[in-house]
Amino acid sequence: MAMSRIRGAFAVPKKGETFELRAGLVSQYAYERKESIQKTIMAMTLGKDVSALFPDVLKNIATNDLEQKKLVYLYLMNYAKSHPDLCILAVNTFVQDSEDPNPLIRALAIRTMGCIRVDKMVDYMEEPLRKTLRDESPYVRKTAAICVAKLFDLNPALCLENGFLEMLQEMIGDPNPMVVANSVTALSEIYHAAPETQALKVTTNTLRKLLMALNECTEWGRVTILTTLAEYKTSEVNESEHICERVAPQFQHANPSVVLAAVKVVFLHMRNVNPELAKTYLKKMAPPLVTLVSSAPEVQYVALRNIDLLLQKQPDILNKELRVFFCKYNDPPYVKFQKLEIMVRIANDRNVDQLLAELKEYALEVDMDFVRRAVKAIGQVAIKIESASEKCVNTLLDLINTKVNYVVQEAIVVIKDIFRKYPGYEGIIPTLCQCIDELDEPNARAALIWIVGQYAEKISNAGDILAGFVEGFNEEFSQTQLQILTAVVKLFLKRPEKAQGLVQKVLQAATAENDNPDVRDRAYVYWRLLSNTSDPEATKNIVLSDKPPIVTTIHSLPPALLDQLLTELSTLASVYHKPPEQFVGQGRFGADAVQRAAIAEQIENARESPLAAAAAAAAVTGGAAAPQAQSNVENLLDIDFDGTAPASAQKEPGDGMSGLEGLAGTPVRVESPAVGAPAGSNNLDDLLGVFGDGGATSSASGSGAPNGGGAGADLMNGFAGLDLSGNSMASPPAGGSQPKKTNEDIMSLF
Amino acid sequence: MLSGILIFNQKGENLIFRAFRSDCRPRLADIFRIQVISNPQVRSPILTLGSTTFSHVKHENIYLVAVTKSNANAALVFEFLYRLVVLGKSYFGKLDEEAVKNNFVLIYELLDEILDYGYPQNTETDTLKMYITTEGVKSAIANSATDSSRITMQATGALSWRRADVKYRKNEAFVDVIEDVNLLMSATGTVLRADVNGQIIMRAYLSGTPECKFGLNDRLLLDSGDSSTSSSTPGNRDGTMKATRAAAGSVTLEDCQFHQCVKLGRFDADRIISFVPPDGEFELMRYRATENVNLPFKVHPIVREVGTTKVEYSVAIKANYSSKLFATNVVIRIPTPLNTAKTTERTSQGRAKYEPEHNNIVWKIARFSGGSEFVLTAEATLTSMTHQKAWSRPPLSLSFSLLMFTSSGLLVRYLKVFEKSNYSSVKWVRYMTRAGSYEIRF
Repeated sequence: MAMSRIRGAFAVPKKGETFELRAGLVSQYAYERKESIQKTIMAMTLGKDVSALFPDVLKNIATNDLEQKKLVYLYLMNYAKSHPDLCILAVNTFVQDSEDPNPLIRALAIRTMGCIRVDKMVDYMEEPLRKTLRDESPYVRKTAAICVAKLFDLNPALCLENGFLEMLQEMIGDPNPMVVANSVTALSEIYHAAPETQALKVTTNTLRKLLMALNECTEWGRVTILTTLAEYKTSEVNESEHICERVAPQFQHANPSVVLAAVKVVFLHMRNVNPELAKTYLKKMAPPLVTLVSSAPEVQYVALRNIDLLLQKQPDILNKELRVFFCKYNDPPYVKFQKLEIMVRIANDRNVDQLLAELKEYALEVDMDFVRRAVKAIGQVAIKIESASEKCVNTLLDLINTKVNYVVQEAIVVIKDIFRKYPGYEGIIPTLCQCIDELDEPNARAALIWIVGQYAEKISNAGDILAGFVEGFNEEFSQTQLQILTAVVKLFLKRPEKAQGLVQKVLQAATAENDNPDVRDRAYVYWRLLSNTSDPEATKNIVLSDKPPIVTTIHSLPPALLDQLLTELSTLASVYHKPPEQFVGQGRFGADAVQRAAIAEQIENARESPLAAAAAAAAVTGGAAAPQAQSNVENLLDIDFDGTAPASAQKEPGDGMSGLEGLAGTPVRVESPAVGAPAGSNNLDDLLGVFGDGGATSSASGSGAPNGGGAGADLMNGFAGLDLSGNSMASPPAGGSQPKKTNEDIMSLF
Repeated sequence: MLSGILIFNQKGENLIFRAFRSDCRPRLADIFRIQVISNPQVRSPILTLGSTTFSHVKHENIYLVAVTKSNANAALVFEFLYRLVVLGKSYFGKLDEEAVKNNFVLIYELLDEILDYGYPQNTETDTLKMYITTEGVKSAIANSATDSSRITMQATGALSWRRADVKYRKNEAFVDVIEDVNLLMSATGTVLRADVNGQIIMRAYLSGTPECKFGLNDRLLLDSGDSSTSSSTPGNRDGTMKATRAAAGSVTLEDCQFHQCVKLGRFDADRIISFVPPDGEFELMRYRATENVNLPFKVHPIVREVGTTKVEYSVAIKANYSSKLFATNVVIRIPTPLNTAKTTERTSQGRAKYEPEHNNIVWKIARFSGGSEFVLTAEATLTSMTHQKAWSRPPLSLSFSLLMFTSSGLLVRYLKVFEKSNYSSVKWVRYMTRAGSYEIRF
């Protein structure tokens, strides 16, 4: 369907059609000519190439019919490039028109001339432009002002030589507000295209003129002036105060883009005024921001993205407005998603009950994507507000009980994060383990396995659960594999008797049968740690150490980027939450800027919680694995250096090198004797060493139980260590009895 | 700024292609068609590919698309597209595929006028209508030099919204206060959200350059200002005004937005709404109120899913306003599951009908007097499905309009007109409350 349509549009017009049009264009009757021009324009719109008619259309340029003139001009603008020589024929008409007594025609002529992007035309533009810039009619002047920007784009040198820039700068003082606005527009365009021209320099004097024009010009002109004011760096506090005072009334404008532009100006200049005054402005800007949320969905979306930015800088401004962000049933998904994020950001002790009830409602809807985000939001609220964590966990349990597959999966992922902040909710683990068979997404599986590993000593059938996963180890996604590996090792360290065979099996599968470097590397690290016979406590200290609780799972932008984006309020950059270099990337941005942007993005990605990244790339295994591995590197660093990781490693966590350095440092620091020797030798030896060591340990421990050899003693040691750590970790009494029981089991075994 | 404006129909045919900069190439139309129109996955109104950004708005059966290249002002782009819709509506009555096809020359002309090099210019409908018209004959006026210089003065002037030489024999002003009340009620009957979006539409038929002052029972103004202003209004002879003045009390306006004719500086300083109105109809202001919202209707739905084959409804609705008033066109939409086979309804007033295409039972009550209460009982029989998917239970929604009632309690206290010639004028005020998004979960 689509293809044939495209082909139809591009097909060469039938001979007859062009012929007919041409005949009409040269007809002796005016109405026929006009009709043919209309048809030609229609064909042009449909994508047909009617450039062959250029000379014939051009013949109709000299007419008194304004409408026809406009059509011919429209055609000229489109096809001038294909017939640069013939354009010259139109010059005479343009020059004549630019002196027409009718201002509409003068303006039309100068407006069109600027759009005919042919070098020869430029030479003839100089005189008419100079005249029209000084025209008595403001309508012509405002059109000519924009034309200077057009000329600059075509031929900057000519524009500068003729002093058009200076003329434009003078026009900022024009008595007509619209001329002022357009002059500022043109100057700002030129300035951004070529900063060296210093085209738009706001001084105290121009500032006064801009503020005067602000209250009188059209809404679009106001946006231009406000944008310029936002870019202006004030030198003194008084000036900032004055700007804020004059701009704040614009909050009440009916046009949302004016409101956002005004918010931007006040928000940026507010930084210079005293905090008390700034506070009153923050208060003043809240109601207009809320009003933006009831505009058309697309405008709303832009507004919501901007509100998100403002909230990251000033978290309190919309504290009391939670209800406004409740999702309507008919809101488009992009609006709903953004509202969810904002609601989580403004959640606090007082409104959390209301929010939770609402989120639960969303979690029962049918749009899968929305439901998942709602569930995720519940988790974010739990981690953000400690006093509400219990309610959140209960809500999540309710949701798990609905047995809706994707709700359960998302809830498990979320609960894993809750455990990372509040380890005390282990009472709910049995409920979680019940849904083990329903999980088919790598994320959810990984989350549950992590929970099992983390609480291995409290889950009586942890071994059985993990055995099931080890069975199909090679069919799992790599992020799940990593978690299986870690969970089995944790289980082994906590309850060696249950997991000996398992740990063997999983290490074998992860090293010998797996190609993923992350999985292999982690398996080797564990293997080596486990083969460390001289100091078994060390392994436990490393793998089972208490990790610092996570602070938040709400995604926030890095402060530097946030500050940059606040200067870009209401632009595309503020919608994407990315610096403009990243998506504009053409022309005026140099290679340096692009590179800087790339680095910034890497840092941003690294900061993002691995889960968020994983969720985004759930389908792509490789993509999901990378951030996961990164976080592991960070975790390792945390453990080894007690949080005092070297600055280099923290600055660029995405960089493989720094991670490796940290790892290489590990054995030396903990002085592990088993690895002491191969540390200096080459890689092959190293690997062989690991294999040899691993093999020895496994065979020894395999036979350890019956004959009670050296390795058996080793195991005993290991167990004792676990017993201790188990006691120290088990805070609630319920789980406390468990290790003792297994202790007896083992004793009887011996 | 904007590199081009494109309009497509639903099939993806390009109806209008207007490039304002050389970087808006014709093949961009194909890219948009393939990436957005033929792609059901699109969930954002903004799409950036390489350095090109497409921002689109869907209206009736057409797509309006703005192409931008740099880091454009997204809020402005969308607002402009919506302004284009407003302009189209006021020129052609309705902006759809047919209107665009029939008037494409005029649309090109309009685009040429309201955008220059991609920067929006004057988009005031009334001004534009003076020199861009649907009939070719009229545009001849613009050809005469004297008229057009007057037009251009207005198009750029400080009062770009008003001609200077307006004359009426009878000077009148009509003020319509229209409120959209939004409600979101939870299944347990608690009000989750209730607010009012109001607009004040004015039709001014006043001669010369009148300075108007407009007063509401705005709490901030009443608290700070003196109350003598309302008593000394000689020009005020409107009966309805007196009636409303009796109703005391004031309203807290959360936020107001004004037509560009209103002097924002004055409002900011002392909350006085002062302006020179455009000629004819315009939206003077919009406001938002969230406190003490009077909900005109209370709805009490009971919905029971009986097994997997039946849903039972019992919906009671009560009018919560004075018995002197009555609401018209009350429509209650009651969602039914997607696999509804047939329904039976009984109502104590009005008519109920099942609309399978919207999965709704629609209950219409033409006239609903204050204080009365009506009940609908219904039953939906469901077909059995192999895949039993949970019913999302969308909220029940209401629409209605109710004259001489404002949910926020807002009243017009005065409208004063000052003009050089000192003529007397007649003012009329009308109030109406409509349902915005009036939703009740069950």
